[in-house]
Amino acid sequence: MFKQPARYSDVMLTLLVWLATLLVVGLFAWLVGDLILHGYSKLNLAFLLDVPQNAGREGGIAPILVSTLLILAVALLATLPLGLATAVYLSEYTNGALANGIRMSLNILAGVPSIVFGLFGNALFCIWLGMGFSIWSGGLTLACMMLPLFISTTESGLSAVTNEWRHGAAALGLSHTAALWQVLLPAASPAITAGLMLSIGRALAETAALIFTSGYVDRMPTSLSDSGRALSVHIYDLSMNVTGGDASAYGSALVLIITLMVISGIAVGLTNRFLSQRITLS
Amino acid sequence: MLLTEADVKNMKLTIKIAATLCITVLTLGSSFADTQKLVLTGSSTVAPLALEIGKRFEQRNPGIRVDVQSGGSTRGVNDARTGLADIGMASRALKPTESDLTSYRIAMDGIGIILHQDNPVQTLSDDQIREIYTGKISNWQAVGGEDRKITVVNKAEGRSTLELFLHHFQLNNPEIRAHVVIGDNQQGIKTVAGSVGAIGYVSIGTAEYEQTHGTPIRLLAMDGVAATVDIVRAGRFPLLRPLNLVIKGAPNALALRFITFAQSQAVDDLVTTQYFVPLAR
Amino acid sequence: MIWSRHNTSSPLRADATLARVTGSLAMAVAVLLGLVILLLIRESWGMLVDGGWVRFFDSEGWYPQRGQFDLLPMLWATLAASLGALLIALPLGMMSAVFSRFYAPGWMVSSLRRVMMLLAGIPSVVYGLWGLTVLVPLIAQWEPPGASLLAAILILALMVLPTVALTSEAALAAVSPASLQGAAALGLSRKGIVLGVALPEARAGIMTGALLAALRALGETMAVLMVAGNVVQTPGSVFDSVRVLTANIALEMPYAIGDHRAALFATGLMLMLIVTLLSWLAGRREELAHV
Repeated sequence: MFKQPARYSDVMLTLLVWLATLLVVGLFAWLVGDLILHGYSKLNLAFLLDVPQNAGREGGIAPILVSTLLILAVALLATLPLGLATAVYLSEYTNGALANGIRMSLNILAGVPSIVFGLFGNALFCIWLGMGFSIWSGGLTLACMMLPLFISTTESGLSAVTNEWRHGAAALGLSHTAALWQVLLPAASPAITAGLMLSIGRALAETAALIFTSGYVDRMPTSLSDSGRALSVHIYDLSMNVTGGDASAYGSALVLIITLMVISGIAVGLTNRFLSQRITLS
Repeated sequence: MLLTEADVKNMKLTIKIAATLCITVLTLGSSFADTQKLVLTGSSTVAPLALEIGKRFEQRNPGIRVDVQSGGSTRGVNDARTGLADIGMASRALKPTESDLTSYRIAMDGIGIILHQDNPVQTLSDDQIREIYTGKISNWQAVGGEDRKITVVNKAEGRSTLELFLHHFQLNNPEIRAHVVIGDNQQGIKTVAGSVGAIGYVSIGTAEYEQTHGTPIRLLAMDGVAATVDIVRAGRFPLLRPLNLVIKGAPNALALRFITFAQSQAVDDLVTTQYFVPLAR
Repeated sequence: MIWSRHNTSSPLRADATLARVTGSLAMAVAVLLGLVILLLIRESWGMLVDGGWVRFFDSEGWYPQRGQFDLLPMLWATLAASLGALLIALPLGMMSAVFSRFYAPGWMVSSLRRVMMLLAGIPSVVYGLWGLTVLVPLIAQWEPPGASLLAAILILALMVLPTVALTSEAALAAVSPASLQGAAALGLSRKGIVLGVALPEARAGIMTGALLAALRALGETMAVLMVAGNVVQTPGSVFDSVRVLTANIALEMPYAIGDHRAALFATGLMLMLIVTLLSWLAGRREELAHV
């Protein structure tokens, strides 16, 4: 489709685009390279299975990994249904003032600094709802932060699906529910996947909010109402607070990145499984 | 709506995932209320030490849990007051306005001035330090160094390290002309290590550790007294700060046991591995 | 097409339930925002009433211990850092999305997406750490103190880049193949197709990404705290040390009481005001573009 005789402006754009991508990949390589340089010595099975010792400088991060995954699970359990429902409502059911109002609210929520969310989560979940420092509080606070991101991208994806598809579905006699599930959501799946990946990334990367809600305790959680230290909080404590914690901090950062890759891989796989098999956009 | 084969497969998968999640949540959702719990909040400087002391306490007293949260010295004091925490952690002495609380010292720490390793300046008098920090001297040449701008590193307001520094050199915060303001100890160390012209002040134990592990910083003597952990232990260093556990009123039995444990010789090695100084006995 | 309108509504009970369920959940989200605003207002009340908020603009600098709460230097710093970051991240992100969609060989596409995903998931503290140990010393060699507005702009750009790239890529993927094939059939070169057809059609999704990026840049705390220097002053050059509003909250909140604490919450409110303004402007632009 693209075989044309090359013109000057074409070559310029190609060059520009390649350069931009190379720059981005280069920066990424620099960053991750630095992490690997400082942290690879900590990457072994013992690190993943042991408990932290000596304020985290020795031993492993097993309880912290478990806490992080539990917090993420709680956050996703809250975000996915709420987010999908709101995005569907915004794109299919409302228009005008109400939709704009909700959209504005979401954008404002997206711009609230993470530390304010931490204080909010502390006030609402820890104190007012009485959950205290716990995985519940951390997960629900993270859900508040993930929602605007997820809803924006999902709604954007749904709105981008042309009305012809909806008319076609109606003409075929499909109910709204069927049209949604069989036609619209699959068509919007690139955007939903992007939103999911960004949200999971944001959740795993969040530090300030979790210090005030899920806390600092590095013990293996035995219930969701236990306080549990998230990986990002652990990295923060080791690099900024504990003397000599740098190596463990970098090691934990590498583990976090690998965890992110694994979880995103699963999330993308599941989304493709559920949605894309019905419709392929060439 | 007709169900395709794919739909059925997907529904089965959804049910399996949802069931796993529900079972996980239900088994973990309940908490075990038959263990005794002690909650500490406060200074992030004291937190790692309290965490390790708590772990050893748990090992020797099965059935008791010690939960440590951070949040700052002021928060520790407030939480101890309101009862949100059983014990508060503070990296400073109690102020006169906090006389309704009692403090129990568990370790000592010294605050020393650090320079970059490649900075040729070996000593600075108290007056010179004062003038550097108030901006009157802005080039290392004026104190016997190279021709290089001085990068002054100061701690953010409210930190006890800052207050002790100001008190010792008799300065007010508005008088200080800083180029970089830092929040945590390690940020200070990394900032000075990254800039040859930088000067800052940090915990002596931390700085000594970093020095011996290759970080390009150097501790400066203060008032002619070398900045080492041994000198801090001997009580001869001019700038010291206490690490305290604070309680409102009289401690309950469990809190008292913990405090006694934290002040005992049984945890001296923990104090030393956190690069603080154990109490003199 | 709006399902709630009478001529497109459906008589099925399942669909009515769908409408009600999605509606109530959407309301819940709006209520959530209300709660956040309520908390901020309640905590900052002391500084807002009785004309107290004037202190934010006519004090002599930020000296909370003395009741001076001049916010302007930090406001300029926040805006400068976010704007600078966007100026770098938007072109770079869009171009890598264009690359991924139109120029990359097939095997590169998924790897590129993984790279972006990874960048999105790196904690801000790791970005800050890298910035503090690698970027700041580099800048310091050029012009001390190194911890500066420039460092903040570069780190923020790196952090919001994945958001722009991923959302732009999704938007470009949603451009209908019919448009692209039609343009090719008309004889447009690849550059023509990209600039003339694909990008304009994907504009809505790209704008969403840009807005999300701007919001992220405005709200970022940890990384900027570690690299920007945190001196309260209006930046005169990119090498000046600055403190942004979010870093200010993070630095001082644990130690603030009374009016100081209320002032910090008020800065949180101000950030939300800026964000509201931004989203409103973006919404207006959407409406105008649809004429």
